[in-house]
Amino acid sequence: MPVNPELVGRAFPPTAPYLVGREKVREFARAVFADAPQHVDPEAARALGYADVVAPPTFAIVMQDITLQQMLAYPESGIELSRIVHAEQRFRYSRPIVAGDELVATLSVAGVRAMRGNAMVTMEAEVVDADGAHVVTTTSILLVGDSDA
Amino acid sequence: MSDFTVGQIIAERSVHLTRESLVRYAGASNDFNPIHYNDDVAAAVGLPGVLAHGMLTMGIAVGIVSDALGDPARIAECGVRFTRPVVVDTETGADIHVSAEVASVDDETARIDLTVRFADTSVLGKAQVRVRVS
Repeated sequence: MPVNPELVGRAFPPTAPYLVGREKVREFARAVFADAPQHVDPEAARALGYADVVAPPTFAIVMQDITLQQMLAYPESGIELSRIVHAEQRFRYSRPIVAGDELVATLSVAGVRAMRGNAMVTMEAEVVDADGAHVVTTTSILLVGDSDA
Repeated sequence: MSDFTVGQIIAERSVHLTRESLVRYAGASNDFNPIHYNDDVAAAVGLPGVLAHGMLTMGIAVGIVSDALGDPARIAECGVRFTRPVVVDTETGADIHVSAEVASVDDETARIDLTVRFADTSVLGKAQVRVRVS
Protein backbone atom coordinates (compact mmCIF):
# COMPACT_ATOMS: atom_id res chain seq x y z
CA MET A 1 0.00 0.00 0.00
CA PRO A 2 1.46 3.39 -0.95
CA VAL A 3 1.52 6.30 1.47
CA ASN A 4 -1.93 7.89 1.63
CA PRO A 5 -1.77 11.39 0.11
CA GLU A 6 -4.86 12.32 2.13
CA LEU A 7 -2.56 12.66 5.17
CA VAL A 8 -1.73 16.12 3.83
CA GLY A 9 -3.87 18.77 5.43
CA ARG A 10 -5.56 16.33 7.80
CA ALA A 11 -6.10 17.81 11.26
CA PHE A 12 -4.51 15.72 14.01
CA PRO A 13 -5.48 16.33 17.64
CA PRO A 14 -2.86 17.82 19.97
CA THR A 15 -0.89 15.17 21.86
CA ALA A 16 -1.45 14.50 25.55
CA PRO A 17 0.75 16.79 27.72
CA TYR A 18 4.33 15.48 28.12
CA LEU A 19 5.97 16.41 31.40
CA VAL A 20 9.72 16.84 30.90
CA GLY A 21 11.50 15.11 33.79
CA ARG A 22 14.89 16.07 35.20
CA GLU A 23 16.19 12.51 34.99
CA LYS A 24 14.95 12.21 31.38
CA VAL A 25 16.94 15.32 30.45
CA ARG A 26 20.02 13.89 32.17
CA GLU A 27 19.53 10.53 30.45
CA PHE A 28 19.17 12.18 27.02
CA ALA A 29 22.19 14.44 27.57
CA ARG A 30 24.32 11.43 28.51
CA ALA A 31 23.08 9.52 25.45
CA VAL A 32 24.16 12.30 23.04
CA PHE A 33 27.47 12.88 24.87
CA ALA A 34 26.42 16.41 25.88
CA ASP A 35 28.42 16.91 29.06
CA ALA A 36 27.92 20.61 29.80
CA PRO A 37 26.78 21.05 33.42
CA GLN A 38 23.49 22.84 32.61
CA HIS A 39 22.09 19.53 31.29
CA VAL A 40 22.67 17.67 34.55
CA ASP A 41 23.17 20.15 37.39
CA PRO A 42 20.14 22.28 38.40
CA GLU A 43 22.45 24.89 39.99
CA ALA A 44 24.40 25.32 36.75
CA ALA A 45 21.10 25.65 34.86
CA ARG A 46 19.79 28.23 37.35
CA ALA A 47 22.96 30.26 36.88
CA LEU A 48 21.92 30.59 33.22
CA GLY A 49 18.42 31.65 34.24
CA TYR A 50 16.59 28.32 33.85
CA ALA A 51 14.22 26.87 36.43
CA ASP A 52 15.83 23.41 36.17
CA VAL A 53 18.18 21.39 33.96
CA VAL A 54 18.00 22.39 30.30
CA ALA A 55 17.75 19.80 27.53
CA PRO A 56 20.21 19.48 24.64
CA PRO A 57 18.67 20.98 21.46
CA THR A 58 17.75 17.71 19.78
CA PHE A 59 15.71 16.53 22.79
CA ALA A 60 12.75 17.98 20.85
CA ILE A 61 12.80 14.79 18.78
CA VAL A 62 11.06 13.08 21.72
CA MET A 63 7.99 15.25 21.00
CA GLN A 64 8.20 14.58 17.30
CA ASP A 65 8.35 10.84 17.97
CA ILE A 66 5.02 11.05 19.80
CA THR A 67 3.45 12.63 16.71
CA LEU A 68 5.07 9.98 14.50
CA GLN A 69 3.28 7.32 16.57
CA GLN A 70 0.06 9.28 15.97
CA MET A 71 0.66 9.22 12.22
CA LEU A 72 1.51 5.50 12.20
CA ALA A 73 -1.67 4.78 14.17
CA TYR A 74 -3.81 6.61 11.59
CA PRO A 75 -5.71 3.92 9.70
CA GLU A 76 -4.74 3.68 6.05
CA SER A 77 -1.68 5.91 6.45
CA GLY A 78 0.21 3.36 4.35
CA ILE A 79 3.29 3.84 6.55
CA GLU A 80 5.13 1.06 8.37
CA LEU A 81 7.86 1.89 10.90
CA SER A 82 10.25 -0.71 9.47
CA ARG A 83 10.11 0.96 6.02
CA ILE A 84 10.93 4.45 7.19
CA VAL A 85 14.33 5.99 6.52
CA HIS A 86 15.01 9.34 8.18
CA ALA A 87 16.14 11.59 5.34
CA GLU A 88 16.23 15.04 6.86
CA GLN A 89 15.56 16.79 10.17
CA ARG A 90 15.16 20.42 11.18
CA PHE A 91 14.31 22.28 14.39
CA ARG A 92 13.31 25.91 14.84
CA TYR A 93 13.42 27.09 18.44
CA SER A 94 11.75 29.87 20.40
CA ARG A 95 13.47 28.62 23.55
CA PRO A 96 15.19 25.51 24.91
CA ILE A 97 13.21 22.74 26.62
CA VAL A 98 13.62 22.73 30.41
CA ALA A 99 12.77 20.07 33.01
CA GLY A 100 9.32 20.83 34.38
CA ASP A 101 7.93 21.93 31.02
CA GLU A 102 4.60 20.43 30.09
CA LEU A 103 4.65 20.18 26.31
CA VAL A 104 1.96 19.55 23.73
CA ALA A 105 2.70 18.83 20.07
CA THR A 106 0.41 19.25 17.10
CA LEU A 107 1.21 17.22 14.01
CA SER A 108 0.66 18.28 10.44
CA VAL A 109 1.73 16.53 7.26
CA ALA A 110 3.04 19.18 4.91
CA GLY A 111 3.64 16.96 1.92
CA VAL A 112 3.58 13.46 0.46
CA ARG A 113 5.56 13.17 -2.75
CA ALA A 114 5.73 9.91 -4.70
CA MET A 115 9.21 8.90 -5.88
CA ARG A 116 9.93 5.65 -7.74
CA GLY A 117 7.92 3.33 -5.52
CA ASN A 118 8.75 5.33 -2.40
CA ALA A 119 7.27 8.44 -0.89
CA MET A 120 8.87 11.46 0.70
CA VAL A 121 6.71 12.47 3.66
CA THR A 122 7.26 15.85 5.30
CA MET A 123 5.83 16.01 8.80
CA GLU A 124 5.87 18.92 11.19
CA ALA A 125 5.20 19.08 14.89
CA GLU A 126 4.54 22.39 16.54
CA VAL A 127 5.43 22.17 20.22
CA VAL A 128 3.99 24.57 22.78
CA ASP A 129 4.25 24.84 26.57
CA ALA A 130 1.49 24.84 29.21
CA ASP A 131 0.80 28.51 28.49
CA GLY A 132 0.39 27.77 24.81
CA ALA A 133 3.62 29.61 23.97
CA HIS A 134 5.70 28.26 21.09
CA VAL A 135 8.79 26.29 22.15
CA VAL A 136 10.00 24.52 19.01
CA THR A 137 8.82 23.41 15.58
CA THR A 138 10.29 20.15 14.36
CA THR A 139 10.31 19.09 10.72
CA SER A 140 11.11 15.55 9.59
CA ILE A 141 11.41 14.31 6.05
CA LEU A 142 10.92 10.58 5.89
CA LEU A 143 11.59 8.31 2.95
CA VAL A 144 8.87 5.66 3.15
CA GLY A 145 8.94 2.46 1.10
CA ASP A 146 5.71 0.91 -0.17
CA SER A 147 4.57 -1.82 2.21
CA ASP A 148 3.96 -4.26 -0.66
CA ALA A 149 7.21 -3.43 -2.45
CA MET B 1 28.91 42.66 18.23
CA SER B 2 29.85 39.19 17.15
CA ASP B 3 32.20 36.73 18.77
CA PHE B 4 32.44 34.73 15.55
CA THR B 5 34.91 34.85 12.66
CA VAL B 6 34.22 33.14 9.37
CA GLY B 7 36.35 30.01 9.11
CA GLN B 8 36.75 29.65 12.86
CA ILE B 9 36.28 26.13 14.28
CA ILE B 10 34.16 26.69 17.39
CA ALA B 11 34.04 23.05 18.49
CA GLU B 12 35.47 19.71 17.51
CA ARG B 13 35.19 16.25 18.97
CA SER B 14 35.81 12.57 18.32
CA VAL B 15 33.33 10.08 19.72
CA HIS B 16 33.61 6.32 19.89
CA LEU B 17 30.20 4.70 19.44
CA THR B 18 29.46 1.17 20.57
CA ARG B 19 26.33 -0.97 20.54
CA GLU B 20 25.83 0.18 24.12
CA SER B 21 25.73 3.80 22.86
CA LEU B 22 22.90 2.87 20.50
CA VAL B 23 20.88 1.06 23.13
CA ARG B 24 21.38 4.00 25.50
CA TYR B 25 20.17 6.44 22.81
CA ALA B 26 17.21 4.20 21.95
CA GLY B 27 16.06 4.32 25.56
CA ALA B 28 16.69 8.04 25.99
CA SER B 29 14.92 9.02 22.77
CA ASN B 30 12.24 6.30 22.67
CA ASP B 31 13.37 5.31 19.15
CA PHE B 32 13.31 1.52 19.25
CA ASN B 33 13.61 0.80 15.54
CA PRO B 34 15.40 -2.60 15.62
CA ILE B 35 17.78 -1.65 12.79
CA HIS B 36 19.67 0.20 15.53
CA TYR B 37 20.37 -2.87 17.70
CA ASN B 38 19.40 -6.09 15.90
CA ASP B 39 21.78 -7.49 13.24
CA ASP B 40 19.18 -9.89 11.83
CA VAL B 41 16.63 -7.15 11.21
CA ALA B 42 19.28 -4.84 9.73
CA ALA B 43 20.35 -7.58 7.30
CA ALA B 44 16.74 -8.47 6.43
CA VAL B 45 16.02 -4.91 5.25
CA GLY B 46 19.23 -4.83 3.24
CA LEU B 47 21.43 -2.67 5.46
CA PRO B 48 25.21 -3.19 5.70
CA GLY B 49 24.87 -3.67 9.47
CA VAL B 50 23.37 -2.14 12.60
CA LEU B 51 23.29 1.63 12.11
CA ALA B 52 23.58 4.50 14.56
CA HIS B 53 20.38 6.53 14.81
CA GLY B 54 20.66 9.55 12.52
CA MET B 55 19.37 11.57 15.45
CA LEU B 56 22.24 10.31 17.63
CA THR B 57 24.75 11.63 15.09
CA MET B 58 22.83 14.89 14.79
CA GLY B 59 22.48 15.12 18.57
CA ILE B 60 26.22 14.81 19.10
CA ALA B 61 26.97 17.34 16.35
CA VAL B 62 24.47 19.99 17.44
CA GLY B 63 25.35 19.28 21.07
CA ILE B 64 28.98 20.34 20.63
CA VAL B 65 27.80 23.70 19.27
CA SER B 66 25.30 24.18 22.07
CA ASP B 67 27.85 23.25 24.73
CA ALA B 68 30.55 25.45 23.17
CA LEU B 69 28.19 28.44 23.25
CA GLY B 70 27.31 27.69 26.87
CA ASP B 71 23.57 28.30 26.55
CA PRO B 72 21.24 26.32 24.26
CA ALA B 73 19.03 29.43 23.96
CA ARG B 74 21.51 30.80 21.45
CA ILE B 75 20.52 28.14 18.94
CA ALA B 76 17.73 29.48 16.72
CA GLU B 77 17.56 26.70 14.14
CA CYS B 78 19.38 23.60 13.05
CA GLY B 79 18.97 21.08 10.28
CA VAL B 80 20.72 18.16 8.62
CA ARG B 81 20.31 15.69 5.80
CA PHE B 82 21.24 12.11 6.60
CA THR B 83 23.29 11.16 3.56
CA ARG B 84 25.31 8.11 4.64
CA PRO B 85 24.86 5.49 7.35
CA VAL B 86 27.14 5.04 10.35
CA VAL B 87 27.59 1.29 10.73
CA VAL B 88 28.39 0.29 14.31
CA ASP B 89 30.32 -2.97 14.45
CA THR B 90 29.43 -5.28 17.32
CA GLU B 91 33.11 -5.68 18.32
CA THR B 92 34.90 -2.54 17.19
CA GLY B 93 32.08 0.03 17.27
CA ALA B 94 32.42 3.16 15.13
CA ASP B 95 34.52 6.29 15.45
CA ILE B 96 33.01 9.56 14.31
CA HIS B 97 34.62 12.96 14.16
CA VAL B 98 32.53 16.11 14.45
CA SER B 99 33.58 19.68 13.75
CA ALA B 100 31.68 22.96 13.72
CA GLU B 101 32.93 25.85 11.61
CA VAL B 102 31.61 29.41 11.27
CA ALA B 103 30.33 29.77 7.69
CA SER B 104 28.83 33.27 7.74
CA VAL B 105 28.00 36.03 10.20
CA ASP B 106 25.54 38.92 10.07
CA ASP B 107 24.24 41.40 12.65
CA GLU B 108 21.93 38.96 14.40
CA THR B 109 22.94 35.43 13.52
CA ALA B 110 25.83 33.26 12.49
CA ARG B 111 25.65 30.11 10.42
CA ILE B 112 27.71 27.24 11.75
CA ASP B 113 28.37 24.35 9.39
CA LEU B 114 28.73 20.89 10.89
CA THR B 115 30.90 18.16 9.44
CA VAL B 116 30.59 14.60 10.69
CA ARG B 117 33.03 12.08 9.30
CA PHE B 118 32.88 8.31 9.66
CA ALA B 119 35.41 6.04 7.93
CA ASP B 120 36.82 9.04 6.04
CA THR B 121 33.41 9.91 4.61
CA SER B 122 31.04 12.73 5.42
CA VAL B 123 27.72 11.33 6.70
CA LEU B 124 25.58 14.51 6.94
CA GLY B 125 24.63 16.96 4.22
CA LYS B 126 23.61 20.60 4.59
CA ALA B 127 24.26 20.30 8.32
CA GLN B 128 23.78 23.82 9.60
CA VAL B 129 23.07 25.56 12.88
CA ARG B 130 21.86 29.14 12.97
CA VAL B 131 22.93 30.79 16.22
CA ARG B 132 22.09 34.14 17.75
CA VAL B 133 25.24 36.25 17.99
CA SER B 134 25.80 37.36 21.61
